[in-house]
Amino acid sequence: MSGQTQRLNVVPTVTVLGVVKARLVGATRGHALLKKKSDALTVQFRQILKKIVSTKESMGEIMKNSSFALTETKYVAGENIKHSIRENVHSASLKVRSHTENVAGVKLPKFDYFIDGETKNDLTGLARGGQQIQACLAAYVKSIELLVELATLQTSFLTLDDAIKTTNRRVNALENVVKPRLENTISYIKGELDELEREDFFRLKKIQGYKRRELERQRLSAQAYAEEKVAEELSLKKGISLGTAHNMLSQATQKDEDIIF
Amino acid sequence: MANRVQIRTSSSALIAMIADEDTITGFLLAGVGNVDLRRKTNYLIVDSKTTVKQIEDAFKEFTTREDIGIVLISQYVANMIRFLVDSYNKPIPAILEIPSKDHPYDPAHDSVLSRVKYLFSTESVASGRR
Repeated sequence: MSGQTQRLNVVPTVTVLGVVKARLVGATRGHALLKKKSDALTVQFRQILKKIVSTKESMGEIMKNSSFALTETKYVAGENIKHSIRENVHSASLKVRSHTENVAGVKLPKFDYFIDGETKNDLTGLARGGQQIQACLAAYVKSIELLVELATLQTSFLTLDDAIKTTNRRVNALENVVKPRLENTISYIKGELDELEREDFFRLKKIQGYKRRELERQRLSAQAYAEEKVAEELSLKKGISLGTAHNMLSQATQKDEDIIF
Repeated sequence: MANRVQIRTSSSALIAMIADEDTITGFLLAGVGNVDLRRKTNYLIVDSKTTVKQIEDAFKEFTTREDIGIVLISQYVANMIRFLVDSYNKPIPAILEIPSKDHPYDPAHDSVLSRVKYLFSTESVASGRR
């Protein structure tokens, strides 16, 4: 669609040309920078993706181990252990902290977990299977650790994905819309300026032509006058005035009473 | 460059859970569970009697709560509310799909991995060909 790479609507003057050229330089530099940023982000993105894939696989393993530990606990401590655990929930002792990290100009969130307060050790003192419960607890804490890391990776992944899309959108916009538009504007202004120059040149030439013709005419009339003057002087020397000779000749055509013939 | 999505940083955020009973019990044992003064919990136990509406409501509640940083959800539960999970696009809280005892982890259904299936065609975990 040719309508999309139109030019800007500007007055075609030399100052505007300078301004538009500066804008083109800025757009070119911005385009190069954004491309570099997009490449850096894509590199980070692929790294994170690889890590996510491997972490998810190990998470599957760890969750299996944890549920195995839980089954063992249930076996050893009896089925009621579930209810006592549920009753025992008050405030969470395992929480997560989030802060942002700046990676290649993009703020990525990062989670880490921390133990707030003491883990409830009431259950581990149970006569039946306190050790099992402790082991199960440890297994689940380990899986939480991995899950928190996975959460970090996942959010960074999504944020990076978004950032890459935006940057690529900007790169494409600069490349396909802004720069062609500016280039078209520059060529238009240059064309107009050339045309104005040609007009000027043409006008100048025309005026020169007029002037030359005017000069030529003046010169001819001055020449004619000078010749007349010379002839007048010659005839005066001979005793007749050219002017009167002319008058006589002209009067001869009219009927003069004095002349009989 | 205006930062349209503000990433919430908090010094202490909870981990919410929507999973089957065994998984939740294990995590409660580890100390992830939280019951506040109004008896609101940060977990939802999903069994055969739980309706999809309850799961949806819990998911929506967990993702809008300010104090929750991560939401763990079993993959088969996520499949029940797949449309909600897939349309969720905020960075925090992070949604993590975990396997459960009866349903081992299936990368082909993971909402995050399926989004980048196009990046890796044949060697990808998410392509489901493994």
